Amino acid sequence: MRSIVAGITLVVLAVALLFAAVSIPFGNPAMSDMDDYFIAHGQEQTSANNIVTSIVFDYRAFDTLGEACVLFTAVFGVSVLFRLRKKEEDYEYE
Amino acid sequence: MIDNLPFLVVAITILLGLYTILFRKDLIKMIMGISLLESGVNLFLIALGYRWDSIAPIFTGAPSLAMVMPTVQALTLTSIVIGVATLALLLSMVMVIYRYYRTTDVREVTKLQG
Amino acid sequence: MSDCMSKIIRTTADIMFMFIVVFGFYIVLHGHLTPGGGFQGGAVIATGFILLIVAHKLDDFLGWFKKKAFQNFEMSGLILFIGTALAAIPLGYLFFMNFLSGAGGLFGQVVPYGVNPGFLNTAGTIPIMNIAVGIEVLGGLSIIILYMTSGISNHEEGE
Repeated sequence: MRSIVAGITLVVLAVALLFAAVSIPFGNPAMSDMDDYFIAHGQEQTSANNIVTSIVFDYRAFDTLGEACVLFTAVFGVSVLFRLRKKEEDYEYE
Repeated sequence: MIDNLPFLVVAITILLGLYTILFRKDLIKMIMGISLLESGVNLFLIALGYRWDSIAPIFTGAPSLAMVMPTVQALTLTSIVIGVATLALLLSMVMVIYRYYRTTDVREVTKLQG
Repeated sequence: MSDCMSKIIRTTADIMFMFIVVFGFYIVLHGHLTPGGGFQGGAVIATGFILLIVAHKLDDFLGWFKKKAFQNFEMSGLILFIGTALAAIPLGYLFFMNFLSGAGGLFGQVVPYGVNPGFLNTAGTIPIMNIAVGIEVLGGLSIIILYMTSGISNHEEGE
């Protein structure tokens, strides 16, 4: 029963995704005002040649701050999971 | 039709990831499915910003000034970093699960005691 | 991971480690001129450390590089990143303002607009943030793999 429901969901999603894939025009994005502004003015506003870097570290730097915090949180979580336990401190699950 | 080949690849990658998440019973393989889904989304973002006959948005020795959209590439960079962080945390949790249950099969990991 | 690989693999890893680290720092430092940036370069350098972890014994690796060192790398990268962002406020600019761009000092050379061959001393705070994120990702990815590897070896010892 559960696998039948999952299969029906997958088939419906497959039809929807494949229909969307053939109907979106590739290579001609409809709205590109923001990106054209970045390409036209990014070099004189940040004086960096690489527009992607100037977006990552200047225009959308708050995004990068959040990304750095996510990476720090992941490292913190892994170090909590694998911290060295003493022998008698081991959890008992069985 | 053949012009839309990148979007078809995106759709097939996302469907493979969903199939793996829904029908596999092993935690490692489910994580592989999540990673595949993530790759599909990244590829979709990159393919969405492509313009024909354009170059990467870098001015160092650029042969022309027709450039692809840079914002989606910055978003994809953030998405990749978050994907790496999530993958590391998921794999660590699977390692802890394996240490206590001696298996990674989701049908065996059902005991909620402890 | 308890025993090391053969001598060929260890020697190759030792030699490749230097080139990988130099290449990673090149990607980090030229992040505002060529494809690349802080995260990519940091991931490349972390790959070099992971190559050493895989090729050698974990205890040997921990004798060369301490876990504390990678933790300090990550913390100093994050502090440098936020400190560069905060340094704009006492100077009268907004948070995350690119206050060094075109100012003439460090990384402040005025670029000729349009297609140019690329000058290293440009782009204001962007190279500093590239270095900060590069150091942070170096420490973060290395220490994730280090903790996971030591988790495996602790598990094997506890059998």
